Amino acid sequence: MFGLNKKDAGLLIVVAILALAAPFILNPFPEGSAMAQFNAGYPDLMQRLVIFGIFAIGFNILFGLTGYLSFGHAAFLGVGSYAAIWMMKLLTMNVIPAIVVSIIIAGLFSLLVGFISLRRSGIYFSILTLAFAQMSYALAYSVLTPITGGETGLQPKYTDPRVLDKALEAGQQPRANLFGLEMNQGFQLEMGNWVFTFNAGYYIAAVVMLVAFYLSIRIFRSPFGMMLRAVKSNQQRMNYTGLNSKPYTLAAFVISGMYAGLAGGLLVAMDTQVGAERMFWTASGEVVLMTILGGAGTLIGPVLGAGFIKYMENIVSKINKSVLEQWFAFMPDGIEDVLVAIIYPFVGKGWHLTLGLLFMLVVIFLPGGLVEGGQRIGKMFRRRDANANSIEADAAEQRKPAAE
Amino acid sequence: MSFSKLTRRGLIKTGAVASAGLALPTYLRADGHSGFTNAPQGDTVTLGFNVPQSGPYADEGADELRAFELAVEHLNGEGDGGMMQTFSSKVLEGNGIMGKKVNFVTGDTQTKSDAARASAKSMIEKDGAVMISGGSSSGVAVAVQALCQEAGVIFMAGLTHANDTTGKDKRANGFRHFFNSYMSGAALAPILSNEYGADRKAYHLTADYNWGYTTEEAVRSSTEALGWETVNAVKTPLTQTDFSAYIAPVLQSGADVLVLNHYGGNMVNSLTNAVQFGLRDKEVNGKKFEIVVPLYSELMARGAGQNIKGILGSQNWDWKLENELGSRYAGTNAFVQSFGTKYGFPPSQAAHTCYVQTLLYADAVTRAGSFNPCAVVEALAGFEFDGLGNGPTLYRADDHQCFKDVVVVRGKETPENEYDLVEIVEVTPAEQVTYAPDHPQFAGGSLGTCNAGA
Amino acid sequence: MDAILLQILNGMDKGSAYALIALGLTLIFGTLGVVNFAHGALFLIGAFCAVTFSKILSLSHVVIDESQKDFLGNPLKVEVPYIYDMFGQATGDVIIDWAVPLSLLFTVPVMIAIGFAMERGLIKHFYKRPHADQILVTFGLAIVLAEIVKYFYGANPIPTPAPSAFAGSFDFGAMLGFDPNTIIYPYWRLVYFAFAAVIIGGVFAFLQFTTFGMVVRAGMADRETVGLLGINIDKRFTIMFGIAAAVAGVAGAMYAPINSPNYNMGMDFLVLSFVVVVVGGMGSLPGAVLAGFLLGILESFASMSVVLETLPGINQIIIYLVAIIILLTRPRGLMGRKGVMED
Repeated sequence: MFGLNKKDAGLLIVVAILALAAPFILNPFPEGSAMAQFNAGYPDLMQRLVIFGIFAIGFNILFGLTGYLSFGHAAFLGVGSYAAIWMMKLLTMNVIPAIVVSIIIAGLFSLLVGFISLRRSGIYFSILTLAFAQMSYALAYSVLTPITGGETGLQPKYTDPRVLDKALEAGQQPRANLFGLEMNQGFQLEMGNWVFTFNAGYYIAAVVMLVAFYLSIRIFRSPFGMMLRAVKSNQQRMNYTGLNSKPYTLAAFVISGMYAGLAGGLLVAMDTQVGAERMFWTASGEVVLMTILGGAGTLIGPVLGAGFIKYMENIVSKINKSVLEQWFAFMPDGIEDVLVAIIYPFVGKGWHLTLGLLFMLVVIFLPGGLVEGGQRIGKMFRRRDANANSIEADAAEQRKPAAE
Repeated sequence: MSFSKLTRRGLIKTGAVASAGLALPTYLRADGHSGFTNAPQGDTVTLGFNVPQSGPYADEGADELRAFELAVEHLNGEGDGGMMQTFSSKVLEGNGIMGKKVNFVTGDTQTKSDAARASAKSMIEKDGAVMISGGSSSGVAVAVQALCQEAGVIFMAGLTHANDTTGKDKRANGFRHFFNSYMSGAALAPILSNEYGADRKAYHLTADYNWGYTTEEAVRSSTEALGWETVNAVKTPLTQTDFSAYIAPVLQSGADVLVLNHYGGNMVNSLTNAVQFGLRDKEVNGKKFEIVVPLYSELMARGAGQNIKGILGSQNWDWKLENELGSRYAGTNAFVQSFGTKYGFPPSQAAHTCYVQTLLYADAVTRAGSFNPCAVVEALAGFEFDGLGNGPTLYRADDHQCFKDVVVVRGKETPENEYDLVEIVEVTPAEQVTYAPDHPQFAGGSLGTCNAGA
Repeated sequence: MDAILLQILNGMDKGSAYALIALGLTLIFGTLGVVNFAHGALFLIGAFCAVTFSKILSLSHVVIDESQKDFLGNPLKVEVPYIYDMFGQATGDVIIDWAVPLSLLFTVPVMIAIGFAMERGLIKHFYKRPHADQILVTFGLAIVLAEIVKYFYGANPIPTPAPSAFAGSFDFGAMLGFDPNTIIYPYWRLVYFAFAAVIIGGVFAFLQFTTFGMVVRAGMADRETVGLLGINIDKRFTIMFGIAAAVAGVAGAMYAPINSPNYNMGMDFLVLSFVVVVVGGMGSLPGAVLAGFLLGILESFASMSVVLETLPGINQIIIYLVAIIILLTRPRGLMGRKGVMED
């Protein structure tokens, strides 16, 4: 199907089903129950999960295949976002031009950065990309304020020119739309105590994510993908055979930069605002963490890693003391207080602590990331065909010899 | 989902049972019959408190959260009622807001506009919050204010001082109680000229982002109007931690006053560095060298320790106001009393502004008789009130900015305890810090019209 | 002229802090081959060792003073440090005043212990793992350590003053014949500079002139061969990790009076110290020190207002710009070895 082998097609279909049914899957708990706190099926978080999934998929094309660890990918996401918001301010609130231009601009910027940075390899490459991203951040926050809005960022205003749109009536808000379909439109489905939200913006982002995922499978399985793996496993040998690896790595760099630009454009399409923090080194670090956490070099891993981190950030950080007290209200007083005291440091304002601990646990016990965790569980259930069970096994194997 | 300590368990038990059946989420579904986003259903209303809980302003966020919890407690008729007793408007009865019990949800802004928007969106989309408040920086305030305008909920800004929040980035659904850069400049300039003389040479160090620019502009223009000369103004990166390279050349320039347009961690570090360089012990042009910090934050001042002694700056409010300057600032003691009793230390100005904003919102809803944002906007715009600790105050309709007295303070030489960091030098009356809505420092924006959502 | 002298002085001082952190980082990398993202956190813990030590010194018991009132009108609780009871008020005050230098006695053993625990408990298991895994696990550790500090001390900076004997600044200008007040420099920063020089010199001497150091250097060059010679190189590397942690720790403790420590300072220094190490050349100790001073001085020059007027914003990006230029002209940084961390 679509030029994929059976396993890959199966994976794509599984991802498609998961993405389309996300409003159900992410809202497993009935409203009003204590566990409803863990529901993630609201539009903003669902959008972020798939958008950062796209970002991580793109990053994985560079890092997972070639082994080049870029520490500056957030810059491409940020540049893409700025391009998109300017399209919305000047041209139209339709998201199509915004997203297309964000991909193009991010691609051009990554071509420039990649051309320079790829002259070096290893950690020297990482620091070069980091330097470019930090310069972009610092300038966007300060001297480029007229273009970027600096600290306060940019949002569409109803006074913006927007040459292609007809003037807004008084009191109308500029809203991002796809030929009139606004991103925040949707409907809710009530089933007993359960409420499921279906949001137009999410489904647009999810479809884009599926396309991006499909492209990444094609790249992984193509001769070009093989070439990139050759760069990772032994660049020297590749050079000796007379192949120049640089065009391949540069192409991979630009492709992943365009993925980042796409993610940036989509972020603006879903939530019409850009701030310079998007380009800070911690944001670049985050996508590295997403990819490694999920499983670098695997197809689905980066998406899982992105989902994991964004879920932590948005759900665990909102659990405050009174929520905890509610959960344990049924317990006797003393035990309740003890439980609250034990859990409290790890949630709410302590969510970073939980995140850090989970990073460590995953890396220590699951060197292949979350994908490896999934494989181990899979193996437990299907011992007999353990060898055949995973599409990801070969990819996960790939990264092991990288030590030394 | 908050309940006071006193009756927490009982309430939780009944509340959990009741809310399982009644408190269905309200996003969108309510739209059909109410005409605005997140119309409260059943007998509760949810407010969203979005404060920094990680990053450099986490302690300030924690203090804001304390104030919010206290305000919710008072609105629900628990505790001693705090400023509700002194508030000039008497419609709040301690039965929640219009009989609906107040619940709240919290989130972490991380002092990043993206994270703050994500957090606020989850409050609006998932938890059904009808009002968002909090924040500790102007970048976050502007970003969340724009979001609330799009989503059709009310934004009651927390600590945000840049002119832009009610200037070029103002929005109809957003309201700011805190003062701003212009007011700091206007309040400080006459006092600076009284204390240090009219022929001073100032050297500005300015944080290189929007808030820094507006503060520098405000202080420069008001001091220059009184005869000061600005020798130099140097921009410093936000991420700078060691300011020695910026402080060292100050004395060579012939300046005799250093103005630090820095906030938070930047302010602590630049002030500490300036004092390390011994600037305060020097004499230049035959005058004692002075340092000025336009925006004081008590919490951050604590981080600078001894170094704040004798340094002038401005504040929105101070917990000693009523004791020292009398009943014009009524409400202050009532608030300090209930905050201090509950938490054991006096509140910061960030806590004060967040507490007041919550009461003002509840009051506006009650007076309007509706949670509809447009009704709330109408009730708040042009509202004059008193008894919330700042003296008579006006919420101006043109830009949704509060106009009230500005407190000029000085770092205390001999603090009595660790919370007693500043002494009140003078209070600049509201008339002196009032400006025209189309003042050039605020130009370029428009409120638009209120948005009630879908 | 005097302005330039001043900025060189400034840069030397800033550079000494960069060099100290980068030295520890490159020591761990050179010996163990581990990319330690938790190194900034060690600096942070060092600074908070100083904070903790001065808190311990000021541990107090409460005396209720009926004659004074607190802000709520209740009788004032006066805190009396135990140290007053032990040594009397005058001596007690002097000890509290000297808390930061004295804290080194506390910091060094604590940091060595933390270093050992980190190496034996965690890092040891990551020698054979890819660098990416090392980065992730140490980054996780850095977050955890910072959050623990935040849990106990909050997010606000905590003032930790230098002894009052070092308050104020020294007037170089007057000494060199310039106008007074043109070249002034705080005493404590001069102390920090001298301290950094001693530590850096000490580490070099230790590696250069002791048998232990010789073995470690041999191990850095070829770990396997040294192991085959029957030397327990692992044990020595553990000790080196402890030393590197102690270097980062004392750098942090002595830095506390310069900028009030807060829980985020480790992350602030992390990126910068990596840039310094890489610009110096991975695995090269002299390179790290040289790059530290170079970047410190250039950063100081970029912040001069004359420079800023011609190139606005240059102070924001100078370090990264210089890093790019150096890495493009010298492929392995200033003094890097071929083949280290290039794949």
